[in-house]
Amino acid sequence: MFIIGERINGMFKDVARAIKEKDKSVIHDLALKQVSCGANALDVNVGPASASPKEAMEWLVKTIEDVTDISLAIDTTKQDVMELGLSLCKSKPIINSVNANEEKMKALFGLAKKYKASIIGLTMDKSGIPKDSEGRMELAMKIVASCVEYGIDIAGLYLDAVILPVNVAQPHVKEVLKTIRDSKLLAEPSPKTVLGLSNISQGSPAEYKSLINRTFLTMAIANGLDAAILDVTDKELMDSLITAELLMEKQLYCNSYLEAYRKK
Amino acid sequence: MERLIERWQDKIGEVTLGSKKTIKIGGETGIYFIDGEDRCPNPPCVAMEVWDMEPEAWPEALKSNFGKALKTPGDWVKMCVDKFSADLICLRLASTHPDTKNASCEEAGKTLEKVMKSVSVPLIVIGSSAIEKDNEVLAHCANVAKGENCLFGIATQANYKTLTAACLSAGHAIISEAPIDINIAKQLNILICDMQFPADKIVIHHATGALGYGLEYTYSIMERTRLAGLSGDRMLSMPMMSFVGQEAWRTKEAKTGLLDTGILWEIATATACLNSGADILVMNHPKAVEETKKAINKLTL
Repeated sequence: MFIIGERINGMFKDVARAIKEKDKSVIHDLALKQVSCGANALDVNVGPASASPKEAMEWLVKTIEDVTDISLAIDTTKQDVMELGLSLCKSKPIINSVNANEEKMKALFGLAKKYKASIIGLTMDKSGIPKDSEGRMELAMKIVASCVEYGIDIAGLYLDAVILPVNVAQPHVKEVLKTIRDSKLLAEPSPKTVLGLSNISQGSPAEYKSLINRTFLTMAIANGLDAAILDVTDKELMDSLITAELLMEKQLYCNSYLEAYRKK
Repeated sequence: MERLIERWQDKIGEVTLGSKKTIKIGGETGIYFIDGEDRCPNPPCVAMEVWDMEPEAWPEALKSNFGKALKTPGDWVKMCVDKFSADLICLRLASTHPDTKNASCEEAGKTLEKVMKSVSVPLIVIGSSAIEKDNEVLAHCANVAKGENCLFGIATQANYKTLTAACLSAGHAIISEAPIDINIAKQLNILICDMQFPADKIVIHHATGALGYGLEYTYSIMERTRLAGLSGDRMLSMPMMSFVGQEAWRTKEAKTGLLDTGILWEIATATACLNSGADILVMNHPKAVEETKKAINKLTL
């Protein structure tokens, strides 16, 4: 499983404060902690409240790269902020994200080619998130077709079926799982699948968030999920992830399989 | 038609053995002997087995090659290296077994010293398969050969701590053995590494089965191990070895057949092990060694 650490996001108060006060140590700690917990990439999001997102993105990327060369997922809806972030990355970056809007795809696929970036493609468009798997698949197909048109390697595409909070959109869960399964049929080699996991427990009581996250992650892995943006510092979540992958034969069994996975 | 070449995400670890004369094993980035895929930097090598006492149970067809040297390990190892071109020597301390001569740790240590003086090739040192005695003997011998960078064995899941600690403090490599069980093999490597033992000093042995006596199980488990190692499983990405001679000459076909039967049995077993990824073959008959080395040369050309 390709694991993208979610923690460096201006939505979190400590990160927002660190950006505002240019406190590098908070970002250094968060980056190193996520890497040591098993992240393969780190999400970077300046948050919605940032007064000057370009400046904040530049500071965040440079601050993270003081301490690690890991891949970064530049997480923004603004194209100029995206390009700036991508241009600063030392390792192969990830565009987080593009959706199925024509203009959006055209602009971001151009950046993907220029910076040799992987892409997270959300199955949503101007009219929002489809309510069922069929609607999501239609948009997924649009994204795949666009990739082909722009000469983007499908192996670098991560389709995100967009999970909504279970407390407000319970029927979506099954639809997302079906989309993960069906996405594999869209092309050969098939596109990969990703989820912004924590969204499922948004608004649920704090004491249940981790349980909801790891239960859903296990189900998604059983349906073929390849990558996730998640809280890599949540040990129980990571234990579930490793165990689910073991049960899916992604790793050879041994009694110390948790340790073996973490040693990789 | 375009040939598809498999690209693996990881490579097999490299283990260096010996001090005066060194040999590197492992380092494979693909499956052995597949044209275009096998960028194996270190060709497989052959160790010849030498005992610290005359191996009475060996069939005549085997014993007759070594003559009087069988009684003197120092001469025997010289013969194996000088006359039969062994790449390494595998010294089996059979005399220390309580049911044979019950030789002491000190006696075993002296034999080892003589062997080290006689030849400069890297050494593999194994016990007599009496677990408790082996712990004492091998710990002592590891110390005697301190700094010689030998390969000591055999660590198993039930008995690995003493040997691991001894190898760690004396700077030797270790043989990690599982009974044709890939899950136990992986577990044992984790346990050994948990003692701060470096992964690049471990050689995996999946209990060898000779032709007709479980060879197919050994073959498939070795192949699975190699594929897992190449696919990124760090706890299985070590080089592998096979005790070919002891298994081939244990079979009734080798023991009771015509002279050539045992040799052919050993060659057939060795060749299969080579193809499934063995980096060291421990062998007995000089003719089988010669033919196997020819096969290695042809395959790695």
